[in-house]
Amino acid sequence: MKKATKAPPRKTGRSRGRLQILLGAHTPGVALAKALRWTPQEVIEEVKRSQIKGRGGAGFPTGLEWEFAAKAGEKWDEVAQQQGNEKYIICNADEGEPGTFKDRVLLSEHPEKMFEGMAIAGYAIGSRKGFVYLRGEYYFLKERLEQTLADLRAKKLMGSRILGSRFDFDVEIRVGAGAYVCGEEFALIESMNGNRGEPRNKPPFPAERGYLDKPTVVNNVETLSYIPTIIEKGAAWFTRYGIEGSTGTKLFSVSGDVERPGVYEFELGIILRELLREVGGENAKAVQIGGASGINVAQKDFDKPISYQALPPSGSIIVFGQGRDMLTVLKNFMEFFCEESCGQCTPCREGSYQLLKGLHMIEEGKASMRYLRELELLCEVMRDSSKCGLGQTAPNPFQTIIRNFKDEIFYR
Amino acid sequence: MECRTEDVREKVARIVSKHGPGRAQLLPVLQDVMDEFGYLSGDVLIEVSRAMDISIGEIHGVASFYHFINTEKVGRYVVRLCKTISCEMQGKKKVEAAIEKELGIRFGGTTPDGLFTLQHTNCLGMCDQGPALMVNRAMFTRVSPERALQILDAYREGREP
Repeated sequence: MKKATKAPPRKTGRSRGRLQILLGAHTPGVALAKALRWTPQEVIEEVKRSQIKGRGGAGFPTGLEWEFAAKAGEKWDEVAQQQGNEKYIICNADEGEPGTFKDRVLLSEHPEKMFEGMAIAGYAIGSRKGFVYLRGEYYFLKERLEQTLADLRAKKLMGSRILGSRFDFDVEIRVGAGAYVCGEEFALIESMNGNRGEPRNKPPFPAERGYLDKPTVVNNVETLSYIPTIIEKGAAWFTRYGIEGSTGTKLFSVSGDVERPGVYEFELGIILRELLREVGGENAKAVQIGGASGINVAQKDFDKPISYQALPPSGSIIVFGQGRDMLTVLKNFMEFFCEESCGQCTPCREGSYQLLKGLHMIEEGKASMRYLRELELLCEVMRDSSKCGLGQTAPNPFQTIIRNFKDEIFYR
Repeated sequence: MECRTEDVREKVARIVSKHGPGRAQLLPVLQDVMDEFGYLSGDVLIEVSRAMDISIGEIHGVASFYHFINTEKVGRYVVRLCKTISCEMQGKKKVEAAIEKELGIRFGGTTPDGLFTLQHTNCLGMCDQGPALMVNRAMFTRVSPERALQILDAYREGREP
């Protein structure tokens, strides 16, 4: 049993790509020591200057989120101070998007980067406690993470009086229980609060009222793993990579019909065709970018860049070879949403179901073009009125795959 | 019956006291309950409710939300086969067929001897090494039909797979 649980990290596809920043070597503590010599505000300013955006998919500027959480304390007046004025850092390690596994590689190969990033974030916003919300599927990584934490404590990089300073910070690992929606920040917080993982309406944002109703920063594994390098080398160094508005490098999880699946690090702004060449997937019929909730890209768009302004950079790249049946692919994605919708809001719960039903009708040759137009309208309703990102993005594969492969899907 | 109730009460009390009080501990408690009892049976549910001072309905509502918290009886080993597209493209269906044939049950069912429950699951995050499956908390990757049967055999015989 033990042997089996430890096997995957060793077998993890070696990281490739032309850059090795996130996946490169790291000396623990250098960045944290530097951050502790700065004021928390200076740390936040540096992260803001790097223009790094959340690597989990939503793309919110990380420095800004930290600033909100740091300032949330000020608004919290005397009552909050009496209650201890706690704030929390949560590392979102609940990567459940189909086709995404880059956090698994970071967690198994460089967990100390993420923990150091969490400590720096804690110092910046005035938090003494962090959590890693590890997806239940990655339970096999828990032991390794606990061991890394113990090593960091021994080196005074975690725990009380970090590096001899007056800053205390420690991390606890919580394990998820199999729910895709818990990757959504509020669903994750609800889950940690001991509730069903159902998203909330925003505002208030987690930076104001999150875990136990206290100001909370929720950042992705990859985002936090980047922080030590940004602090160590500086924002100016970081912004040399990537393109305007999409700075830095990014990890890509590549799977499907390619010669070399695995995790790659590329600069943001990379042209899709170039990426496909690197992974051995030039002959692709189509590429799903961003997982089930992402978009389908056909050959005519292979020359577009991957960035926050163009093809979405959430990092999941599933490649479909010439022989793949796109209706089968689309059905697989819609079944996924039907199962993973938390069921709380009607547009997402019923919408996903109706879209899947529509696909079955198409398969049986029973759907008219008129009915398809109605489903298109339903997609818009879901996008506009669903409560969280799940329902808002569930129509993405439906709309983009049908747009790209209408003839193949309809005239079977 | 009395014996079983006392036993359950004691075990649940031990789990709850390990995690400490507070609603935020409900999920960690339920996860330990899975390890101890396999699923959240009626009598266990009552004891968790009592120990945590949370209503039965509330706990059941939370438990039933999560795929990995079983609210119905399952086999000793829960086999979860990834059904997401990347694993499907790497031969998940053949693995599925081999397992069903070997155990004589379909996915969704439990073997009559109570040893295995078969479930499908969404993306396990092993897309570059599919097909992937989990047995309880252990992960297996690049599972061929043959390898799947080896894994089942190992669990059946109490060996390390």
